[in-house]
Amino acid sequence: MRTARVTSRQLSQQTAFGLLAIAAAVVVLPVVFIILQIVISGGSAISWDFLTLAPSQAGKAGGIFPAIIGTFYLMLGTIIIALPVGVLAGIYLTEYAGNNWLTRLINLAIVNLAGVPSIVYGLFGLGIFVLALKLGMSLLAASLTLACQALAMTITTSREAIIAVPREYREGSLAVGATRWQTIRHMVLPQALPGIITGSVLAMSRAAGETAPILVVGAAFLLPRLPQSPLDQFMALPYHLYTVAAHVPGIPESTMWGVALVLLVVVLSFNVLATVIRLRARRRRYSS
Amino acid sequence: MLGQQVPVATAEAGPDKGLRRRWRIGEKFIEGWIFLAGLLAIVVLLGIIALLLKEGLPVFLDTPPWEFFFGTKWYPVSEPPTFGIMPFFVSTLWITLVATAISVPVGVACAAYLAEVAPNKVRETVKPIVELLAGIPSVVMGFIGLMLLSPLVQSAFNLNTGLCGLSAGIMLSLMSLPIIVSVSEDALRAVPDQFRQASYALGATRWETIIHVSIPAALSGITAAVMLGVGRAIGETMTVLMVAGGALAVPLSPTEPMMPMTAAIASGIGNAVRGGLQYQALFAIGLVLFVLTLAVNVIADRVLERQKRKFAR
Repeated sequence: MRTARVTSRQLSQQTAFGLLAIAAAVVVLPVVFIILQIVISGGSAISWDFLTLAPSQAGKAGGIFPAIIGTFYLMLGTIIIALPVGVLAGIYLTEYAGNNWLTRLINLAIVNLAGVPSIVYGLFGLGIFVLALKLGMSLLAASLTLACQALAMTITTSREAIIAVPREYREGSLAVGATRWQTIRHMVLPQALPGIITGSVLAMSRAAGETAPILVVGAAFLLPRLPQSPLDQFMALPYHLYTVAAHVPGIPESTMWGVALVLLVVVLSFNVLATVIRLRARRRRYSS
Repeated sequence: MLGQQVPVATAEAGPDKGLRRRWRIGEKFIEGWIFLAGLLAIVVLLGIIALLLKEGLPVFLDTPPWEFFFGTKWYPVSEPPTFGIMPFFVSTLWITLVATAISVPVGVACAAYLAEVAPNKVRETVKPIVELLAGIPSVVMGFIGLMLLSPLVQSAFNLNTGLCGLSAGIMLSLMSLPIIVSVSEDALRAVPDQFRQASYALGATRWETIIHVSIPAALSGITAAVMLGVGRAIGETMTVLMVAGGALAVPLSPTEPMMPMTAAIASGIGNAVRGGLQYQALFAIGLVLFVLTLAVNVIADRVLERQKRKFAR
């Protein structure tokens, strides 16, 4: 009687663990399948011309060069704006802010900014940057919009990176007579740098894939030439994928998969880069 | 590393008082910027709220709130135009429901597997893949839904079109899985090992310990994970814009084509005349969306804080 009960309990444990493992497989398999499918179907579309020519015949032929360049400009513009602000805000929260209502309010704002839907950032960018500041449907307006969206991330990652710097570094520096800012500038920031870079690379990867905000702020589907100034209109990979897949009839399927592959490679390579930087920094910290 | 920094410190301690004062002014200048940057998160959030109110509220001068919230007809270009957001609201509900119904059980089970059962090697392979999933842009997920999933859904349920709430919900469930898995796993890991050991000592198996001890102890964290997943599903735009079908009627079942709130904004804003009624109505939808996600996130944050305090000694 007793042994029978134990075995039935063990049996139910094995069944349950089996189900949990299946759940993990249900998470993992679609990812593997999606990525393989994009690599296989998109791979055939990739050629030198596809990567280096402008689109022709309303996107049916030619390449996607302006969209690739536009996406790189966007990533660059976003991080140039969001990184300095994020680092300064991270410094404020770790080195200056007291434990008071203002700090709590700032932290609450950061948590909520991270949860604001991307389309709402699009509306914000349209109302503030495109219309109120009269930047028009431009690279600059889109970069500012994406930077607002990236802000929560750059602040949080900078803050975490700065907090992780051991207290001894600050105390040693202050003890030999350095001021607060000198301590931050020469002791804390260099130590926090890998973490900050990891965060910015991730933010760039996010900016590269965002579609809804630039759809509202005005990415263009077809442009004959590359943007010459920050106030020019631009093409971008995610918006291009959306239009060729959902809007323009008669685009060859291989072209769509090709655009998806290029976008995925750009976004995921920056993701991987962030992981590599993080792992290397961690290894260096442990070895020293 | 330490040695290089010493000269800076001694220079500050040097005798030249004029130089020191200039430094101090420079320092105050930088610290001023640091303070302003610290405030920026609040400024942006308030800016978003102010803009949504300023552009969105005027729609109620023309369309009374009950007609706006409970109206079932969205005809922005007819004469006179009507703006009822019920179809969008119900679409968002259906799609979020489908997404959560899939992602919560699967996500929590996957988290329990990773935190309590999986051998190290398996965990270290699965976790990067889950992170990879979080990195796939929503437009790519929309594209996959369009090309691969919707034909499957169409034939499986014998529908006129596979572009419907169900397909969108399935794609969204995939997209909210990473946050549900990672936050739930963290919550399970935060449960002190003494809890489990006490349970084993009473003769419980590992599975009984997971279901009766670990998961109840981590429940607030798991709740927060679910809320964050729901927030993600409500706010997601591109996937639903491409996969949900875009019909304007109030959907009676998830297998109908539909248009959730995010997609309504994205597809309407390009044609809306700036400052016109439709423009204002779309900003008002943005306001509704903002309030919904804000509520979900604030609650999730509160619950997470409580969980953190619970096990902090």
